[in-house]
Amino acid sequence: MLEIRNLHASVGEVEILKGIDLQVKPGEVHAIMGPNGSGKSTLAYVLAGKPGYVVTAGEVTFLGKDLLPMKPEDRARAGLFLSFQHPLEIPGVRLDQFLRAGINGIRKSRGLEELDVLKFDRHLVKKVQLLEMDQGLVRRSVNEGFSGGERKRNEVLQMAVLEPTLAILDEPDSGLDIDAVQEAAKGINQQRGPENATILITHYQRILNYVVPDVVHVLINGRIVRSGGKELALEVEAQGYEELQEAEATLRSSG
Amino acid sequence: MTGTNQYVKDVATRGYQYGFVTDVETDVAPRGLHEETVRFISAKKKETDWMLEWRLKAYRYFVSLLKKDQLPRWANVKYPPIDFQDIIYYAAPRPRKQLSSLQEVDPEILRTYEKLGIPLEEQKRLAGVAVDAVFDSVSVATTYKEELAKRGIIFCSMSEAIQQHPDLVQRYLGSVVPYTDNFYAALNSAVFSDGSFCYVPQGVRCPYELTTYFRINTEGSGQFERTLIVAEAGSYVSYLEGCSAPMFDTNQLHAAVVELVAMENAEIKYSTIQNWYPGDEQGKGGIYNFVTKRGKCLGKNSKISWTQVETGAAITWKYPSVILQGDNSVGEFYSVALTKGYQQADTGSKMTHMGRNTRSRIIAKTISAGHGSGTYRGLVRVMPTASNARNFTQCDSLLLGDQCGAHTTPYVEVRNNTAHLEHEAFTSRVSEEQLFYCNQRGLSPEAAQALIINGFCKEVFKQLPFEFAVEATRLLEANLEGVVG
Ligand SMILES: Nc1ncnc2c1ncn2[C@@H]1O[C@H](COP(=O)(O)OP(=O)(O)OP(=O)(O)O)[C@@H](O)[C@H]1O
Ligand SMILES: [Mg+2]
Repeated sequence: MLEIRNLHASVGEVEILKGIDLQVKPGEVHAIMGPNGSGKSTLAYVLAGKPGYVVTAGEVTFLGKDLLPMKPEDRARAGLFLSFQHPLEIPGVRLDQFLRAGINGIRKSRGLEELDVLKFDRHLVKKVQLLEMDQGLVRRSVNEGFSGGERKRNEVLQMAVLEPTLAILDEPDSGLDIDAVQEAAKGINQQRGPENATILITHYQRILNYVVPDVVHVLINGRIVRSGGKELALEVEAQGYEELQEAEATLRSSG
Repeated sequence: MTGTNQYVKDVATRGYQYGFVTDVETDVAPRGLHEETVRFISAKKKETDWMLEWRLKAYRYFVSLLKKDQLPRWANVKYPPIDFQDIIYYAAPRPRKQLSSLQEVDPEILRTYEKLGIPLEEQKRLAGVAVDAVFDSVSVATTYKEELAKRGIIFCSMSEAIQQHPDLVQRYLGSVVPYTDNFYAALNSAVFSDGSFCYVPQGVRCPYELTTYFRINTEGSGQFERTLIVAEAGSYVSYLEGCSAPMFDTNQLHAAVVELVAMENAEIKYSTIQNWYPGDEQGKGGIYNFVTKRGKCLGKNSKISWTQVETGAAITWKYPSVILQGDNSVGEFYSVALTKGYQQADTGSKMTHMGRNTRSRIIAKTISAGHGSGTYRGLVRVMPTASNARNFTQCDSLLLGDQCGAHTTPYVEVRNNTAHLEHEAFTSRVSEEQLFYCNQRGLSPEAAQALIINGFCKEVFKQLPFEFAVEATRLLEANLEGVVG
């Protein structure tokens, strides 16, 4: 469903992604790990179409369509969801209103009937219960005064509500307590299905115990230096990135 | 009445010297401002002597200010000098041409109504289309009036009040905003054409939101409106001013005065949605909205609350204020002011603390887009008598684009050291990050911007009665259509 070929991208003058190749098929979970500053979030932003992130080479197709010329809202409406590493506050805008506007934007683009307040509320309540979250949260302003962990769980809730085809989750487990990681994992798993795929960016092997990946990639300095099965995550956690970094350096000098 | 007729004749004959059209049947005062203009208006309205005298005193005061060139110039607004002799000060409300269906209405107007989500029947009424029996605004108005009368509430036009309730008018008119208050208040006092009058007797809670909508007899009242609301002890009234429909009005100067008086334990809530013609894209035309609004919390534990949503007018110059005279009284001001195109707004509030334990709260939200310029100007004054006075002021600005401006000018004058004042202010832009976050959730950039702006205005909108809040939201959206920050 997602095919990334030789993707290069820059922020300002700096090239951050230096040739990414990645294929995600329906039903799969791909984990991406890598040291700080290696370009994981950049990859996520580029896929979601964030302004300021310039693709300098390469191609991306999503569900058979050329993704790169699409506007951010059209990517979202096509079924791409990004869980932000640092979710933003929108003061004064209630989370339920925000999500209803979002879901209706998506539904409208697909020729579906928009959800009225009652129908949407029913949908929302179900998801909140599923994730065992506090009902009061959805009546508060988006992320305003939310704790770090609450923000992260709220991202997972938003994913559950919008039911995307491809969910790109940028460190949904950072800052969560042990129980919350399990809850978040439950939410992510619930979204999985034969038609859907997940790209899960993380620093910790722990969440991968619950959301078992089909493939694990290691991203260093803007390149995927190694891909493997779920064991790779254990290896990375045990040994760190040092060896892999060396491998990346050799890769760079040779090519 | 003979006395009045004599006036009319006097005016008619004397007016001739000044090029007056002698025909007393005429409905328009000749251009320019003279003592005769004032007499003419007063005569037209068949006013009593004291009313005429009061107008004349105001007129003379205005002329003295004009002679000394004492026009208010401190506001952060720019406009060419106004020629006060080139204004028609009185034009009787002409019955509108009755149209038989909406088809006859200017499609541009209809499109705007639609954008605002005004119901079809209401659209017809606003556009001056004859309404059918099912929705007869006249009978609706009558029903409400009867209900109000049962409770002893007086709600009528100012002209009617001057005729029917002269004692009340004489007691309170100018008691909060004397004609000597400022340049435009003097002008208004001299030539005001009409406005609203409301009196709520002791202990009565007005069961409806009073709107000019129900008061059809003052439709088309002029550019110099005068409004007076008196709430007796223990009473409550909520008054909604303005119409969310756009006014395709080319009048230049709108100088209104509003006075509110709240007795012991009384509460007055005054909400405004102002959407006057703002001028064209080049900044040509549009209304100069120079308004004096003030309330007096005369009694103990009384409360006056102003809420305004200002989206129209080329220039807005208004500072709804509260004089907190009664002990424990409360004054509030909630405002959203939008300037776009070449609009300029200098608005804010003045809270004067006199009584003990008086509290005031100012929440001002300024949104600027295009070449718009928005200024918050506020004054919190604590008199020596006002022990334990408290004020909270928050003025926030939101900028859309980089050609607009927002300014904050809060003044504080404290003469009692038990006062407790808090002030918060911040300026923000609709950030690209926020927009992207919304877009990523499926919202279009326009919807995202509207949502963010609504969030910014929330504290103010929630003060409005529900239907008004909905209209205010739509009005902002309609005004910001095509403006992306
Ligand atoms: N606007 C920008 N201007 C310049 N450099 C930027 C900008 N945004 C990101 N970068 C740089 O790009 C690199 C990759 O950042 P990115 O956020 O993708 O890293 P990451 O792999 O997600 O790291 P982390 O694990 O810390 O979240 C970093 O060196 C960062 O400083
Ligand atoms: Mg990151």
